[in-house]
Amino acid sequence: MNKLINKTLIATAISAAVAASSVQAGEITVVSWGGAYTKSQVEAYHKPWMAQTGNTVVSEDYSGGLAEIKAQVEAGNVTWNLVDVELSDAVRGCDEGILEVIDPSILPAGADGTPAADDFLPGTVHECAVGNIVWSTVFAYDGSKTQGVGGIADFFNLDKFPGKRGLRKGPKPNLEMALMADGVAPADVYEVLSTDAGIDRAFAKLDSIKDSVVWWEAGAQPPQLLADGEVVMTTAYNGRIFNAVAAEGKPFEINWDGQVWDLDLWVIPKGASNMEDTLDFIKFSTGTQALADQASWISYGPVRKSSAPLVSSYHNQPDLDMAPHMPTAPANFANALQNDFEFWADNQDQLNERFNAWLSK
Amino acid sequence: MSTADISISQDGIPLKQKLAKTTALQRRRALLLTMPLVLFLLVSFVVPIGQMLFNSVHNDKVSAVVPNFADAILQWDGVGLPPEETFEIFVKDMIQAKKVREVGRTVGNLATRVNYEMPGSRSLFTSTARKAKKIKEGPYKEALIKLNKKWGNPQIWLTLQRAARDITPAFYVAALDLKYAEDGSIERADELYQIYLNNFMKTLWLSALITFICILLAYPVAYLLSVLPLRQSNLLMIMVLLPFWTSLLVRTTAWIAILQTEGIINDMLVFLGFISDDGRIQMIYNQTGTIIAMVHILLPFMILPLYSVMKTIPPSYMRAALSMGAKPLYAYRKVYFPQTLPGLAAGTLLVFILAIGYYITPALVGGEDGLLISNLIAYHIQKSLNWSLGAALGTILLVVVLLLYWLYNKLIGIDKLRFG
Repeated sequence: MNKLINKTLIATAISAAVAASSVQAGEITVVSWGGAYTKSQVEAYHKPWMAQTGNTVVSEDYSGGLAEIKAQVEAGNVTWNLVDVELSDAVRGCDEGILEVIDPSILPAGADGTPAADDFLPGTVHECAVGNIVWSTVFAYDGSKTQGVGGIADFFNLDKFPGKRGLRKGPKPNLEMALMADGVAPADVYEVLSTDAGIDRAFAKLDSIKDSVVWWEAGAQPPQLLADGEVVMTTAYNGRIFNAVAAEGKPFEINWDGQVWDLDLWVIPKGASNMEDTLDFIKFSTGTQALADQASWISYGPVRKSSAPLVSSYHNQPDLDMAPHMPTAPANFANALQNDFEFWADNQDQLNERFNAWLSK
Repeated sequence: MSTADISISQDGIPLKQKLAKTTALQRRRALLLTMPLVLFLLVSFVVPIGQMLFNSVHNDKVSAVVPNFADAILQWDGVGLPPEETFEIFVKDMIQAKKVREVGRTVGNLATRVNYEMPGSRSLFTSTARKAKKIKEGPYKEALIKLNKKWGNPQIWLTLQRAARDITPAFYVAALDLKYAEDGSIERADELYQIYLNNFMKTLWLSALITFICILLAYPVAYLLSVLPLRQSNLLMIMVLLPFWTSLLVRTTAWIAILQTEGIINDMLVFLGFISDDGRIQMIYNQTGTIIAMVHILLPFMILPLYSVMKTIPPSYMRAALSMGAKPLYAYRKVYFPQTLPGLAAGTLLVFILAIGYYITPALVGGEDGLLISNLIAYHIQKSLNWSLGAALGTILLVVVLLLYWLYNKLIGIDKLRFG
């Protein structure tokens, strides 16, 4: 009996050791936002990189924020190698020391020979983060049911377009959109928001539709809400709506008026293992070709200038040109606002509190 | 005669003494058996709760990031602006802190800490840290104010002085919807930012309501269980226990399927013509959903103690009361009900205390107005990352539960409870 137990113990120990060693140098865990967005990264980054290097990428989903990174770093048990985050989180995480510093000199020059420093759009490479795409929060509706939508003001006009509205659960970027709907020019939005009166004004505008709002949290929800007829209009990440149209043939339309654009960036949690492969993956995935390839899967704009000319059509529909669907396309960019990460770093605790108090009333 | 009074064992020790020795040994051995549990509780319960209590009053981000400055600012009398030397120490500390990348010791941590009490000041610290090394010589006060005129505002220094103390009531101040006024006194926060007290009241009220509904539903069921013949009562018992054995998540999602606007109940009402297709009733993702789902999940905790007590009440008591001329209601009130009180009290306490800390069900079906205090605690632990505030809220919840328990003990007496 004892011998049997001994044997089992040894066998367990061996298999545990084997399991532990299988997390070897060639594997990294890349964390992103799931759904159509993660799929675009898998197709454009993960698969070609795995084919080229023989390494493995494990893809995980999360719904944004620094909480999990912070928990992993503080517990000293970092299992993520690379995380796709918003700019405000990249800056805050870097400030708080929970992200690795990334040396920008490792980034390769663009395919056309432009040095990386000039090739990346201004503000897309940060002390602890390397940008990959420009994305945008827009509002969208079902074109087969709703017509004649003017601009962002109509999103807040329940008389003209009765029915439910979908909004991201949180103050960002609802306050900005509310102010633009209330007639504030994009350039003045953050100036207005930095006064108490401005915040009151934004909340008052949100208040006017509060009873009709369905709140969403994950990026995959808004297209679903539209498809189910749960809402008449919803704010959404532009790529998710595009994807529902291109891949699933949904009759959704994006209204670009009052769009709030932002960056997604790669960051490395402090103390992550296998830095070598992770950095290699960053170099690969933010290269001219990979960024251009990604844009053929989802309508998010590459942060490298050299990628722009290579962006052509949707991956399986040669006649679907991607350029007009990008947030940065001139026709879409007329009334656009860049998310001000510093404003949110300063005020998000307070505004979240006020938002939660407002929500529960 | 006198020697015969003391029984002596074979080895000459008085029997009484020997007996005491053996039983003490046995008791100690029995105690040893409880050690695994004691250790387990110590590690998994006492230590984390102690840590939570500590976290709720302890935050050393200022003294950890700018240690010399923290010492200096505590010496300041709080009038006007701090002296030039303090400014100098501050600038030098900031230059030093900027080089630190250790988790929990960076300028970002300091900025986050101060920003809790003075919203909008975060970037003041991070941007100053970036530029501070340009200040090579005095006067530091002017140089710093030139860098950013906000440093000329005495409020920022008063806030820093408060935050420089490692032990701080600041998180309780925030958790009780209070704030520091400009002169450092504590006042109520602006109504638009009040969230926690209302939520505590709502949590208490909803828990009481859920407990009350559970009593109404459970009492007759428990009675039926106790009087039915064994075969029927076993079947009924399985119907009570089956949901009890089912995963909490499965039951909660089942309620979503039943109650949602496109769900079974609404579909049926529309089909039967009670409501129109546009007039579907919102029964979930609000307070109603939280109440319905939580009542269902907590119901067995009321039924089981009631049943176990009712089972022990001999039916002959009621028969005796009736045969002596009592009306059924009177007999019930005077004879039966008082005997069920221990079970009722136990069930009430169980359900209420479980409800007050409930988290997952309100998170799934509570929508916006059905969220309880534990959801706000989870928000600060998982999203806003203000763990100290989360700990303060958790501690308040713990104190409220203990207070209620004490009150309950005073009114009913814990020794009268019978769980089965």
